[in-house]
Amino acid sequence: MTAILAAYPTLFRIALATMIQYRVSGLIWMIGSVLEPVIFLVVWSVAARSAGGSVGGMDPHDFAAYYMLVLVVNHLTFSWITEIFQYRIQYGMLSFQLLRPLHPIHQDVADNVAYKLVNLIVIAPALAVCWFLFEPRFPVAWSLPYAVLALPMGFAARFLLDWSVALVAFWTTRVMAVNRIYYAILWFTSGRMAPIALLPGVLRPLAHALPFYYALAFPVELALGRLTPAEVWRGFAMQVLWVGVGALIITTVWRAALRRFTAVGT
Amino acid sequence: MSEAAIVVARLSKTYVVPVRGGGLAAALKSLVRRKTRTVEAVREVDFTVAAGEVVGFLGPNGAGKTTTLKMLSGLLYPTSGEARVLGYTPHRRDKAYLRQMTLVMGQRNQLIWDIPVMDSLERNRAIYRMPRETFQRTLAELRELLDIGELLDKPVRNLSLGERMKCELAVALLHRPRVLFLDEPTIGLDVTMQRRIRTFIAEYNRRTGATVLLTSHYMADVEALCRRVIVIHHGRLLFDGELTELVKRFSPHKLIAVELAQDGVDLARYGDVIATDGGRITLRIPKADTARVTSRILSELAVIDLTVEDPPIEEAIAQVFEQAAT
Repeated sequence: MTAILAAYPTLFRIALATMIQYRVSGLIWMIGSVLEPVIFLVVWSVAARSAGGSVGGMDPHDFAAYYMLVLVVNHLTFSWITEIFQYRIQYGMLSFQLLRPLHPIHQDVADNVAYKLVNLIVIAPALAVCWFLFEPRFPVAWSLPYAVLALPMGFAARFLLDWSVALVAFWTTRVMAVNRIYYAILWFTSGRMAPIALLPGVLRPLAHALPFYYALAFPVELALGRLTPAEVWRGFAMQVLWVGVGALIITTVWRAALRRFTAVGT
Repeated sequence: MSEAAIVVARLSKTYVVPVRGGGLAAALKSLVRRKTRTVEAVREVDFTVAAGEVVGFLGPNGAGKTTTLKMLSGLLYPTSGEARVLGYTPHRRDKAYLRQMTLVMGQRNQLIWDIPVMDSLERNRAIYRMPRETFQRTLAELRELLDIGELLDKPVRNLSLGERMKCELAVALLHRPRVLFLDEPTIGLDVTMQRRIRTFIAEYNRRTGATVLLTSHYMADVEALCRRVIVIHHGRLLFDGELTELVKRFSPHKLIAVELAQDGVDLARYGDVIATDGGRITLRIPKADTARVTSRILSELAVIDLTVEDPPIEEAIAQVFEQAAT
């Protein structure tokens, strides 16, 4: 374990150099990531105004605060691993990774963190513009410090699950179809499309059972003080549970995936 | 013979591949009944490579060379039989094993594309946990041997194919592996660069005593590096022995080069004239006729010089492949 950690500073430094090299494509990706929550913010603000000022107890200023935080939290907890795993197998990159004495996931963690750090530079001005345009209302929340703890946990849960789903690429070349389903579920139940409280009946308990809410809207709602102490503890328990599930899936499925890979090759 | 670095016993690999004809009917049929075919990529191959040996691994495309190298490096597990390298079972990919071996594929590389070569080297330093001092020393040595000093600060994408291969070798050998699997390391390179890579491999082997198993379609590589060759075809081992023995055994011809006192003599009656270079004429004759034809030429013509040679190794190899195909 210490050996693995010792490799991180170098992996991270090189990942950072790579991300800086890819700054323009990073910027284009980031524009997409910024636009999505801004669009939902506008949509929900319009809905609130036309419903007489608020929807589900949230007015346009509340939506502004919610979606600005969604923007930040989503940036910090997302990963792109499901999109690229297939190519990694196809183009033989995985073969090289398997022949090095380090699990490939560590390189991904380093790359992911580097990307996020570099592109915070885009997030900061985007938030400033939103602040000016939408006048968010940030309450002084008792649970704000817990949000800081929930964030890395949410990242861990989502990253491990993304990585597990990416392993589908070992069994099928039609990864895109699987990704579509995965992202559709994520989109509805994470709080990205709407705050969970505004979801129709059946979707709400589903969102609370699945991992995506805990990786995205949970830290946001902690920062906004919208949860009861009981909900906070339940949320942390669910985060721990999903990190565990993710780690378990990765270790078992990875072993099976490698058995398959070393049976058929590329 | 010193201890064996690589031991391969009745090693086999079969792939199951789906088969389907073209067209809609075949596509629909495959929905109901999926047909598969078993491909025997490697069939009961046996060989042993001693520590420090450089062995050429030859065979036409699809012979099973890469499959064997992948089994030895740990990327594929055998369907049956056994492979042991440095005492390890490769497909378990023990970290201790991975630290001592490397696989270089001429067609692919592990360099990070858009940033300087040095970063790829640094990454491997971290992954293989090399102390800074060892890293510096090995790097200095590789830099000198491969002449890559001025390449290290360039982004990989700006390098030529040959430069990239040199850097790839530096990255792959940074951790000083004891076993090298080189799959077509000179493919696509010009003659000078091929020679350069060849010299490097020979020098690396001499300095470190590493074991090298190399595939190449360029016989010059094999001739320069390997005294011993292993030939496989259709997954089966056809030949394992000295390169000169391969030529002797498989080439049905000998070449006689003659220099004559007078010009304009027609030598076609002695054998196939395959080259005329000034006064020097080269004939190709069946091996069995060598003694008879030589004495005839010597007694019937005014000969200044006469040599009998083995044909180029390419011919022997082509012969091996042809024999195997029929």
